[in-house]
Amino acid sequence: MLTSLSPRAAGPAAGGHPILDLSDVTLRFGGVTSLSSLTMEVRRGELLALIGPNGAGKTSVLNCISGLYRPQAGNITLTGRGGARHALHRLAPHRIAALGVARTFQNIELFKHLTVLDNLMLGRHVHMNGGVFSGGLYWGRQREREIEHRRYVERVIDFMNLEPFRSAVVGNLAYGNQRLVEMARALALDPHLLLLDEPTAGMNAEEKESMARFILDVHEEQGLTVVVVDHSIDVIMDIADRVVVLDFGRRIAEGSPEEVRNDPAVIEAYLGTRADDPGRRAEAP
Amino acid sequence: MSLDCGVFHTRYEADMGLRPRPLQRLRLGMLALFVLGFPFVASAYWLDLANQVAIATVGAIGLNILVGYTGQISLGQGAFMAIGAYTAGLLTLNFGVPWGASVFAACLLTAAAGTFFGLPSLRLKGLYLAIATLAAQEIVEWGMTNWTAVTGGTEAIVVPAPVLFGVRMNTNFNFYWIAVLAAAGTALFAANLMRSRIGRAFEAVRDQDIAASVIGVDVFRTKLLAFATSSFFVGLAGAMIAFHRNIITWERFTLSTSIVFLAMIIVGGLGSIRGSFLGAALITLLPAMITNVGRAIQDTAPQAASLLPYAQQAVFGIVIILFLIFEPRGLSKLWENAKDYFHVWPFAYRRGERRAA
Repeated sequence: MLTSLSPRAAGPAAGGHPILDLSDVTLRFGGVTSLSSLTMEVRRGELLALIGPNGAGKTSVLNCISGLYRPQAGNITLTGRGGARHALHRLAPHRIAALGVARTFQNIELFKHLTVLDNLMLGRHVHMNGGVFSGGLYWGRQREREIEHRRYVERVIDFMNLEPFRSAVVGNLAYGNQRLVEMARALALDPHLLLLDEPTAGMNAEEKESMARFILDVHEEQGLTVVVVDHSIDVIMDIADRVVVLDFGRRIAEGSPEEVRNDPAVIEAYLGTRADDPGRRAEAP
Repeated sequence: MSLDCGVFHTRYEADMGLRPRPLQRLRLGMLALFVLGFPFVASAYWLDLANQVAIATVGAIGLNILVGYTGQISLGQGAFMAIGAYTAGLLTLNFGVPWGASVFAACLLTAAAGTFFGLPSLRLKGLYLAIATLAAQEIVEWGMTNWTAVTGGTEAIVVPAPVLFGVRMNTNFNFYWIAVLAAAGTALFAANLMRSRIGRAFEAVRDQDIAASVIGVDVFRTKLLAFATSSFFVGLAGAMIAFHRNIITWERFTLSTSIVFLAMIIVGGLGSIRGSFLGAALITLLPAMITNVGRAIQDTAPQAASLLPYAQQAVFGIVIILFLIFEPRGLSKLWENAKDYFHVWPFAYRRGERRAA
């Protein structure tokens, strides 16, 4: 259980078997179609970037994977640690978390009245036992469990350089540090699949660089499978193994960062077409 | 105050203790000495007040688990205390159940009732949930006063005195030990709960329920657990009321009881065990203080004194408003501020400033 924060023998196995499969996923809100028949896969050990203009459906994809939205059609299948396959589109969010899917949010969603330590200990929730009664007594096995998981959390704190803030209340931390704490909380879950929703939003260049460093570290040193959503392409293109581009809830391109960058469909989606050029966009339904 | 700084823990056990610093342990020891010595010097009047404070503390901690820690507003405190009181009293009165067993049964039944009335929290939040718990209050109030065959309706029920090792425990001096044990036990249990897995889940649900579910907390189950745990202690407070006065009347468990308990945890500090106690003490003692002031000025200013009984409700309201404006985190925060100020006194360095940075 406590192995994943130490370097794995095998490095990133980019291009491995798919660990997550989305097939024909359709998500609608009333008359608005957020995702239409989206099919994509996440391969074991890769760092996949999911990009696209505003409203392309990137966050919707993450919300479907983590169970916050339930798609009207399509399947989302996770291949778990033991090789078992789980239909995520039928599971509640806390069950999905228990399978090792951890995520961060676009607008930081921390438990802001709790300390950094408690936030990270909540990341250990699914790995712990203990109910109201054993917690209230805090004796014997329960006490040992708390200490055992505190040890794990301290390793995450060490990894994310959060030592100075350990017992600070999260709401009082600076914005950039809150982002790090949120990522640390996701790492404390010992994830099998890590979903990051705009991890560098609102950061300055220096903070972006250090965040990119952390993402690369968990990915490369620990071989963790990571999906990063972003609409700023600068950082993401530098670190991703593979890129999927969404526009209007559809996948419009896929490939290495280099391939995607030169794809006409992507350029059109981001920059639009010239006014005097009767592009496809104008004819699209 | 040097006891409070320069403490370096080398083991997690020590760092994760409830009272990790020597000064904290010293203060706890002093409090324990005071509590143990108090009944030997206090008059019957003060002992009675102390018992009321202890009972209110149990009830306030129970309510704080639900409202302060889990963020589920409840207006059903009076109802849940009533269930505790009537269950404990009637089991002993009608079926001759030993009082200890009937108190425990009362706690369990109140926990079950609390869980049932917590079911709307699946869909309802905030004010909407408050209204749902208000329904619980109204239903139970109606049941108390109209289900005459069981509760005796609006008539008072006289409960047999609790007897422990042949000693009647319903005198204020004897009951004091039960009440203090219950209050201390409740406080310890709640403090432990809040530093372990389920307690953290409670707070996670309060702060950010979506993030809580995504990190693996079953939000609905956690809310129901909070309702159950909270009601267990609220039921205990109700059962203690039944055995303290040996009499149960429905007037003690109305909606205004619910409001008074909410006032206790707001004035004391939401999400704080210490605050539950301080708030319970202040709100319980406030009317007595006002009465005492009235007696003291009876001769010098008889007219002002005659107005004081009417002022009681007003003072109660003013205290709550002042706290909401000036220290929303209550007496508990005031106590923390005082501690921070004296942290490295007389030097001008304050811990709070570093935290805010």
